[in-house]
Amino acid sequence: MTQTEFLNIVMPFKDKVFRLAKRLLISTEEAEDATQEVLMKLWSNKAKIEDYKNVEAFSMTMTKNFCFDKLKSKQAQNLKIVHTNYEDGSASLQKQVELQDSLHWVAKIIESLPEQQKMVVQLRDIEEYDLDEIADMLDMNNTAVRVALSRARKTIREKLTITYNYGIK
Amino acid sequence: MVLNNIESLLEKYENGETTLTEEQQLKNYFSQETVAPHLEVYKPLFAYFSVSQKEHFNKELPFKTKKVFDYKWLAVAAVVVLTFGYYFKKPVVAKYNDYAYGTYDNPEDALQEVTKSLAMISSHFNKGASTVNYLNEIENTTSIIFKNNQ
Repeated sequence: MTQTEFLNIVMPFKDKVFRLAKRLLISTEEAEDATQEVLMKLWSNKAKIEDYKNVEAFSMTMTKNFCFDKLKSKQAQNLKIVHTNYEDGSASLQKQVELQDSLHWVAKIIESLPEQQKMVVQLRDIEEYDLDEIADMLDMNNTAVRVALSRARKTIREKLTITYNYGIK
Repeated sequence: MVLNNIESLLEKYENGETTLTEEQQLKNYFSQETVAPHLEVYKPLFAYFSVSQKEHFNKELPFKTKKVFDYKWLAVAAVVVLTFGYYFKKPVVAKYNDYAYGTYDNPEDALQEVTKSLAMISSHFNKGASTVNYLNEIENTTSIIFKNNQ
């Protein structure tokens, strides 16, 4: 398999891998490194790629496992400050700032969810995968995915309502 | 009514029972400028989802082009060197012989040259041997001792 063929396979889902990694690792830089790592692992096992039923699902599972390893490793425990991504304050319009702020809140709420729910929300609401596909990627069954999704969505809505009504009610 | 529909969809959404197309409907609804005031809470949520979808991975992939050293080529190189060496050896030596050991056509000249060089060798040899002459002293002393013993 040549480099171009490999890239053609990988291109459609590399962003999804990156976003899942970012959801779990929070920091953009770490997510980039993780994505690179996952794709390079795929590349070094390129001979086996044809054997995989679904390269995309396989890569997502790989990403999940890789990120969990990363989070468990000692290195991640030392890197606390990196996880705060300081926003560039150049957006001037009040409206934009407000919107950015509320989006930031959503990001924070999702960040506070347990890892499994985080991944389910990421894969369903952002990447728009089928429930069965998600179950396959995360090694869960269909019902468990649905339950996790429902819990996550309810938690997000509750927390968002609290934030939204803060100071009003 | 559209609003009723959205509300029931939202409930299904929270139970994780919506299909992907229904979720798309919700996303479309909440991407509008104005939504029902009591549903305003959901707006940032769906806005966040669509913003997040646009994040891209822009880093270059470092395809390692590191080549594994192939020892086969080492063997090939060795064979090439050896063959060339063998090929060039003969003519070079022959040339050297011609140049260094010139022959004499006249036997008398040859004899003269040979005696000359042999004489030179012998004189040099004697010169070398003369430096170890003092070792004869050992011979003298030991002969005395061995005579006594016998």
